[in-house]
Amino acid sequence: MAARRKKIHQFIIVDPELCTGCETCESVCSFVHDGEFNQINTRIHRVRIEPVFNIALACQKCEDAPCIRSCPEKALDKAEDGSILVDDEKCNGCGFCIRACDFGVITLHLDSQKALVCDLCENMKEDFIDLEVGKREPQCIFVCPKEAISLKNVEQIGEETRIDAIRRLFGNVEEFGSK
Amino acid sequence: MSKSKDIPIPDQVSGYSQVRLDVDLTSGKIENSTLSNEFVRDWIGGYGFGAKILWDELKPGVDPLGPENVFVWSIGPFPSTILPTSSKYGVFAKSPLTGMFGMAISSGSVGAQARRAGINTIVVKGKASEPVYLVVDDDDYYLVPCEKTVWGKGNFETEELLREEFQDQRLAVMSIGPSGEHMSRMGCITNDRNRQAGRTGMGGVMGSKNLKAICFRGTQSTKVAQPVEFYKLAKKLIKVANGPATAKYRDLGTPAGLTSYNKLGMMPTRNYREGTWDAIDNGTFTGDTLNQDWVVKKVACSQCSIACDHLARVPKTHPEYPNLVASIDVEMCYSFGTNMGTSDWPTIFKCVQLCDDLGIDAISGGVTASMAAELFDLGLITKKDLGYELPFGSTVNLVKFTEEMCLGKGFAGKIFGDGCEQAGIRLEEKGIKNASYYGMHIKGLEMPAFDLHGMTSFAVGESVSIRGACHLRNGAYGLDAKGTFDRFGYEKPLERGKKIKATEDVYGVIDSYIICKFTRGIYENDAEMAKVYELVTGIPHTEESILRRGEAIVNLSKCFNIREGWTRADDHPPEKFFKEAHTKGPAKGVTLKEEGYQTILSGYYEARGWDKETGIPTDETLKNLGLDFVIGKLKPAAAKGGKK
Repeated sequence: MAARRKKIHQFIIVDPELCTGCETCESVCSFVHDGEFNQINTRIHRVRIEPVFNIALACQKCEDAPCIRSCPEKALDKAEDGSILVDDEKCNGCGFCIRACDFGVITLHLDSQKALVCDLCENMKEDFIDLEVGKREPQCIFVCPKEAISLKNVEQIGEETRIDAIRRLFGNVEEFGSK
Repeated sequence: MSKSKDIPIPDQVSGYSQVRLDVDLTSGKIENSTLSNEFVRDWIGGYGFGAKILWDELKPGVDPLGPENVFVWSIGPFPSTILPTSSKYGVFAKSPLTGMFGMAISSGSVGAQARRAGINTIVVKGKASEPVYLVVDDDDYYLVPCEKTVWGKGNFETEELLREEFQDQRLAVMSIGPSGEHMSRMGCITNDRNRQAGRTGMGGVMGSKNLKAICFRGTQSTKVAQPVEFYKLAKKLIKVANGPATAKYRDLGTPAGLTSYNKLGMMPTRNYREGTWDAIDNGTFTGDTLNQDWVVKKVACSQCSIACDHLARVPKTHPEYPNLVASIDVEMCYSFGTNMGTSDWPTIFKCVQLCDDLGIDAISGGVTASMAAELFDLGLITKKDLGYELPFGSTVNLVKFTEEMCLGKGFAGKIFGDGCEQAGIRLEEKGIKNASYYGMHIKGLEMPAFDLHGMTSFAVGESVSIRGACHLRNGAYGLDAKGTFDRFGYEKPLERGKKIKATEDVYGVIDSYIICKFTRGIYENDAEMAKVYELVTGIPHTEESILRRGEAIVNLSKCFNIREGWTRADDHPPEKFFKEAHTKGPAKGVTLKEEGYQTILSGYYEARGWDKETGIPTDETLKNLGLDFVIGKLKPAAAKGGKK
């Protein structure tokens, strides 16, 4: 794996300005992993707070991940790209990781009773891989009708915020210096 | 292969859960059974299931607000899949507004949650001895008495309280408000705050059964027949559903129609006195203004790519309605806006919120308020009657009127609380002659946002609609808006009839699937719409066979109406269109002509294979559609639909 991706982790981020709360991400998550639709077996979760706020949350890939620390069976580990790996052999469905997660983005699969956490679709079923793309990629990003979901890292988010801040502070910076 | 029985049934039918729940509220007994493979193949889903069950199980001529009415809830094969707009449910019963086939469709989270609970159809009969709500929690089905908890509460609070009770913010709740509880004939069903099964008084029917709400949640998965192929097609449809085909529903939303229909003189203004409005001309009351100044968020129903729900927020500095949020579409801009002559946005938002929360259909409510405003304008009702003035353009008094109408209180509630037709009857009983003339309804259902003066095709389309005045049973307004035929003339009656029939039949399929009409344009053609059905269910319906089923479903619900006492005279727009013309705009000086209207109506009947004079389906037509079981049973059961 490239040195950059080891140091700067990418994770799913959702823009609440764009998110309509349609839950398509939840449905597709269960479908590409299990071959059937069940929004409870999802790794991305829509949150709607009435009357107008909508967003979806998935694993943030915390550096010192509380879920890993909390697991009494040592079933959770971290991949090089920062993803949380669940060892289904060891996971006994106790749910401590769910309680430890600050974002509420781990759940238990209804049938297997193993921890479910966003894997950026590394484990999606091969049949569903888009032939034109030819590899596994997060399907929620692909199907989100509003392009509200993206894969970003903290460095990118910081940079976007800085650019926004500068525009707020200095106005039309493209014309800076023009007379 | 157009006959449904020729369509082979696979070993395994997917999509549908095929679970039917029978709830007898009188005895409290709940039983479940299986919908047969043939039943789901032949009746497709929502509308079809409702039509067949009501035909088979509702005794003709009963009081729609009595315990003998049958209330059907149903979904089709698609909820919980990622087919765009799949999370829809329909409710069906004899309508207390029309005395005929009642139906309403809503979406939000109910369809998807109900499918997860493994439910396909619920048939509710009888009447509970005390207020109850029904819980469908996977295969756990039970009734909960609620007189001391949610009975009497508005829809918003009911949903919040039940979600709190179940400690589940994703619990799907469809409920009635105080209006439904006191059996308003305009009573609606609300779910997810902003989604309503609004039309034809289905909330009043729930109220008549002492049924406050139905709650759903579940843990079951949905399999589709051909997952890989379905995923490919669904991904494409999701993309298309966010492209140009649905832009008008996403961007400005349906209120964009204010400007376009105003230009054509089709935007009903001041209770259909005019079809154009200065406030639209000068930009005060347009989709642009609504979006720029008031809309703060667009939200979606479950599994919908479009997100048409435009939420408008009143600023926190507003003296009367600080921070009020209401869900707005063009029908509300019409019913409480153009048609009431009211251009004050916060007033409209408040009225819509009252309707959604207290529980009446906001189209019927606004049109009924507009009738009252015209009667007030003419001095036929007065401040002495109402307790306040109600001229066109009212603001705070319109809000007051709306609240009383919803709650059945005061003169407004007692006279206007059951819609236009009842208001006309009640006022005439009080000696106000010709009051009914000002009620803009067809078959008892208040009209949606189309002024028919210069719409000779849709005048027929809206009038033949099974559930009363309706633009969602056939899309014939498009014929007038697009100029397919001369919209002021009456030529080519049979051709027009065929076009009206065609949009009606495809809507019969869409309302059975059930998917949203806003996705009509995302399918390449009807064959693709049939394909998606096959990929999900495994039942190989073709374009031809599925449209045939749409036609059969429309015919069956028509037969329901005939059995309830329908006659040709019921397929008629209000007299106002024939007697009073606009004074300005594109339809200035134009009225509908009775003879011409009747010619197109006969053309439509002929196109349908119905008797050209009586409008009753011929035995041959019924046989062709596989509706043999109807033959010989079309004798009217009661005078005029048994409406009491």
